[in-house]
Amino acid sequence: MTGLQKTLKVVFLGLYLLVMVFPLYWIVITSLKPQKDIFSFPLRYWPQKFTMDNYVNIFKISKFHIYIGNSLIVAIIAALIVLVISVLSAYVLARFKFRGHSQIMLAFFLTQMLPGFIALAPLYLMMSKMDLLNTRFSLVLMYTVGLIPFSTIMLRGFFQRIPSSLEEAAMIDGCSRWSALLRVIIPVMLPGIASTFIFAFVQNWNELFLAVMFIDNDALKTLPVAMNSFILKFDVDWGAMSAGAVLSIIPTIVIFAFAQRFIVEGLTQGAEKG
Amino acid sequence: MKNQKIFILSGLIPALLLVLAFTYYPFLRGIIMAFQDYKLFDLRHVRFVGFDNFKAAFHDPKFLVALKNSGYWVFFSLIFQFVLGLSLALLLKKPFRGRGIFQGFAFYSWALSGFLIGMIWKWMFNSQIGVINDLLLRVGIIHERIGFLSNPKWAMTSVIIANVWYGIAFFAIMLLAALQSVPSELYEAADMDGATGIRKLWNVTLPYILPTIIATTLLRAIWIFNDPTIIYGLTNGGPAGSTHILSSLMLDKIIYAGDYGAASAIGVIMIVLLLLYTIFFLTVTKAEKVGDF
Repeated sequence: MTGLQKTLKVVFLGLYLLVMVFPLYWIVITSLKPQKDIFSFPLRYWPQKFTMDNYVNIFKISKFHIYIGNSLIVAIIAALIVLVISVLSAYVLARFKFRGHSQIMLAFFLTQMLPGFIALAPLYLMMSKMDLLNTRFSLVLMYTVGLIPFSTIMLRGFFQRIPSSLEEAAMIDGCSRWSALLRVIIPVMLPGIASTFIFAFVQNWNELFLAVMFIDNDALKTLPVAMNSFILKFDVDWGAMSAGAVLSIIPTIVIFAFAQRFIVEGLTQGAEKG
Repeated sequence: MKNQKIFILSGLIPALLLVLAFTYYPFLRGIIMAFQDYKLFDLRHVRFVGFDNFKAAFHDPKFLVALKNSGYWVFFSLIFQFVLGLSLALLLKKPFRGRGIFQGFAFYSWALSGFLIGMIWKWMFNSQIGVINDLLLRVGIIHERIGFLSNPKWAMTSVIIANVWYGIAFFAIMLLAALQSVPSELYEAADMDGATGIRKLWNVTLPYILPTIIATTLLRAIWIFNDPTIIYGLTNGGPAGSTHILSSLMLDKIIYAGDYGAASAIGVIMIVLLLLYTIFFLTVTKAEKVGDF
């Protein structure tokens, strides 16, 4: 690589990094500015004074701790259930050929391509009929269902990379298929399972529209729903809103920082192999 | 053999039942609603009306704008996400010091919700105290503030910029993985022929990763077309409906208007467009195996 090429590369990567990081930087800085500095000119790129007022404020004007709790409960439980169900379906679809096999794969795959919001109104009516509106259960149920197809496709990719001789050996030694799956295959699959779980958690944590449709009881709102009503109510209070945004973002960023390699590997492997 | 059958069934039934009951059933019901007069606030007068909802849609200027916007939205988001994502992937292919950390900062947008990203960009695009106006003024590129989101001339462009920002990482991740799977023998052979960097890219790298490029682009276009979250967070279709795409307009009709019939009609039109697009795309690229995964 010539000197010029190298310089160009560094410039491009540097600019890209700047553009990617700046929005995050800006929302964090905004959340740490005193109210009057947020709206004063000239804009300060490094605040004169840092304050936690916006964070204190958001817990005062709303039940933010409750929203965080609701989001955690719903996101974690749904991600765990997805994992159990999808590990089974993915394993079956990876290891056996049977009538209807490709139709099932197609049915799962299609859910990723169709405009899913067509189902939103009928789902609302279904939940209403089953008396599940304003319950956390409705969200756990729908988040689970929503992620089964993608998780199955992704986990199937991981199963296919594990030679089936592994569990056959265990079965010859007298294991049933269930215990071979549980004791031999799943331990080998842990990176794949971890990345599926994280993917599911992040999706659930971020989900907005189902939650907006199903929940309007303040005590049951998840973070995105709370942020949504927040925007409608306090449109100009950017201090509190940026504090809320930062709090909503932190868990996913932390997870991403720790598990980036897993996730990237998981997503691409699952997609490539399938 | 019987054991195996039981195993297959018990592994598949939970997943299948749930997806059929809570994805396909409501989905089909939504399609039926497209042919009904179905308003949440007038449930006693639900009835079949044939193609009335579709006729109404095509007479609605808001719908026609959203239709056109959907085209812009997908085309420009996709082009810029792809070109920038591919450049990034090519530059990240060879290991260098700090690459891991760089990727962390470069790809994190993946983990954020489109809604929050919309909100953050809404703040940055603000016409009075937005940081983008401030930066452009300081550098001297503009001399008075631009209403990025309030001026219909700018709004669609601004929304697309935010979406490009969001989606580069997706392409970069997928293409980087594909690039790293190119066998090094191919490059060695090209070296022996005395091929230069650009020739190698054109003759070795790109042909090898072409299937990934095709599959990723196809999928991504569909997701961009279907996903209203960024627009919802940024403008919610405003000002005056000038930034609605089909999916955000459909969502608007469900959440705010409660007009399920009209919303579903838009959804059915989207399905038809997606079908046409997929057929067209697969014919043009002659990719038979793409839909395989």
